[in-house]
Amino acid sequence: MAIPRQEMPAQDPGERIQNFREVNLGYTPELAIKEAMRCIQCKDPVCIKGCPVNIKIDEFIDLIAHGNFLDAAKKIKEDNVLPAICGRVCPQEDQCEKECILGRKHKPVAIGHLERFVADYERETGNITVPEVKRSTGKKIAVIGSGPAGLSCANDLAQFGHKVVVFEALHELGGVLMYGVPEFRLPKDIVRTEIEGLRKMGVEFQTDVVVSRSVTIDELLDEEQFDAAFIGVGAGLPWFMGIPGENLVGVLSANEFLTRVNLMKAYDFPASDTPVFDCKGKNIAVFGGGNTAMDAVRTAKRLGAEHAYIVYRRSEAEMPARVEEIHHAREEGIEFLLLNNPVEFVGNDQQWLTGVKLVKMELGEPDDSGRRRPVPVEGSEYILPIDMAVISIGNGSNPLIGQTTPDIDFSKRETIVVDVNTMATSKENVYAGGDIVTGGATVILAMGAGRTAAKAIHEKLMGESHGFDEW
Amino acid sequence: MYTIVSADFLAENIKKFEIDAPRIAKKRQAGQFVMLRVSEHGERIPLTIADSDVQKGTITIIAQGAGKTTRELNRLNKGDTISDIVGPLGTPSHIENFGTAVSIGGGVGAAIAYPTAVALKKAGNYVITINGARSKEMVILEEEMKSVSDEAYITTDDGSYGFHGFVTQKLQELIDSGKKIDYVLAIGPIPMMKAVADVTRPYNIKTVVSLNPIMVDGTGMCGGCRVTVGNELKFACVDGPEFDAHLVDFSNLSDRNKIYISEEKASAEQDEHRCQLDRNS
Repeated sequence: MAIPRQEMPAQDPGERIQNFREVNLGYTPELAIKEAMRCIQCKDPVCIKGCPVNIKIDEFIDLIAHGNFLDAAKKIKEDNVLPAICGRVCPQEDQCEKECILGRKHKPVAIGHLERFVADYERETGNITVPEVKRSTGKKIAVIGSGPAGLSCANDLAQFGHKVVVFEALHELGGVLMYGVPEFRLPKDIVRTEIEGLRKMGVEFQTDVVVSRSVTIDELLDEEQFDAAFIGVGAGLPWFMGIPGENLVGVLSANEFLTRVNLMKAYDFPASDTPVFDCKGKNIAVFGGGNTAMDAVRTAKRLGAEHAYIVYRRSEAEMPARVEEIHHAREEGIEFLLLNNPVEFVGNDQQWLTGVKLVKMELGEPDDSGRRRPVPVEGSEYILPIDMAVISIGNGSNPLIGQTTPDIDFSKRETIVVDVNTMATSKENVYAGGDIVTGGATVILAMGAGRTAAKAIHEKLMGESHGFDEW
Repeated sequence: MYTIVSADFLAENIKKFEIDAPRIAKKRQAGQFVMLRVSEHGERIPLTIADSDVQKGTITIIAQGAGKTTRELNRLNKGDTISDIVGPLGTPSHIENFGTAVSIGGGVGAAIAYPTAVALKKAGNYVITINGARSKEMVILEEEMKSVSDEAYITTDDGSYGFHGFVTQKLQELIDSGKKIDYVLAIGPIPMMKAVADVTRPYNIKTVVSLNPIMVDGTGMCGGCRVTVGNELKFACVDGPEFDAHLVDFSNLSDRNKIYISEEKASAEQDEHRCQLDRNS
């Protein structure tokens, strides 16, 4: 292959750890065209099957190769309403790009970078088009949660001509895109702009509404006359480790740390009122190996941490975080303490955290998940001095929906049980999708689930005869 | 945006707001709270719902100016707006006919205890209220408390009004007088709640406190408000804020509430400075 995969320009690591601006700078039009020309336009584009919302990848890349960026953006939006977001946060290496034929002998086409490029081009040149909306059906649907699942469901339902009201518990829309993923990976203005597109399609948003506390699902269906509801409330309940000292001052969940910094803009304190632990010159450890852990540790570094550690009980090969994020973290001077497991947090007499007792691990036989099980090395305990600990070992489901809507079936893992073909729950006219069904997964999988549910809701409300021939 | 329908000072630094929030007014129950963000750059703070009027679609909150955000809030008046109010949050108070119920409010805690005292009375309890304040000027909700109580006592630290001493002394006096007490609710500063728990423990009187840890979202997604109750990890915003006082680890709560003490001071000073500039210009 004559043309190599075009690398994405990025801010210099030394510079970027001083700020919260986006790390990746995006393709120029020249780079985008060059990369698009690498696509061999397969007869059977398998990349599309790797995309959970089946974007017409071959078509939009062909449009880019011909310099037709705005049409490429429109083409993507036929299937994905949040391309600027997905182009940035999807794990393409496990999805579309994994399937790319070129990947067998060379590097796969940079589909994510190209998706991002056209979405940015459309927005930055002020040419955003709003998808067409069908004639009103007179049906009204409540979407609970404004994260990726809810937004994609709302988008498809609005296009079918339904009235959609999205209820969000926080004061900002976007779910994890707003409170979880940091500004340096996903600028919040981009999230706001993409959501604005939905508003222009007639989707109504109500923030500050905690469904189950402010209003229940039954009240929405019975009193407020919604014809159906989609639950996309995610998995937002942080797990703690249950080891001694976890309640010392300075031990917090990644959700809390990231919410303070991202949603509440604590990096801008005191111009913004929300404080965050003062990391300047301190030692900060993040426990976990997923994307959230990478986001938290890179955030701590930007807040001035002297040492910012990732503490993970397995080896790098088992880390669930994206390779790109691990690479970026290393470039930024994050220190990886692999095969280390915390057993206790220690503090001073004021109950402030001063360190963590770690035990070294080695990999034993594979466990149920197929990954080699980490086993403690006897006598290897040592104390790592730290001032703040961020726990990032995963999230469970918030119990509120289950408590207030007892006729929705939950699994033993506290996720909502659905019919995978329709995303229908055990309760009539109530559907669910995203992390509340799968447990913590990806943005694009949540969007795919929102989409499946929208189709099924439409079919149910309009009757079989309306089918999907127009889709 | 949420519009303030009325705003009046009840005592120095303590202000009562009636705010247009129909959804919350309709659903709220005693013991629940809201998270509130005053303005665009604001932080989210928890405040108890002191009262509500379903017909008018309003809720009442009472705030004591203690730091930057509460002072900013207390500068707002009728007709002004608050960016965000979300609620009602938390598990409602467990109310039943216990028999004789004592509701104890320390300082602005009286505002938090009031709705639960109302509910206790409605459930048929013989209600005794004890409201503690630093001095006579700081006594709030005296009439309201009287109207829901079979017996109402005011205590002041300096003896300028009512009983001279702490709420715990009054409570001990009631116990010593041989009154059979079945239930105690205590709301106020952490040392006061801890002291009440210590008074009732030897008598095995069921005692409930409303905890006030630091909160961010108030919906269970961050665990910033986690507290230890009977050696179990609980999130005060979802599992509480009311817990069995005899099982709460008060010292951990008190330590954890100090995490941002220097930041809070810096923020309050900056606010002070800004106000000064406003006044001078």
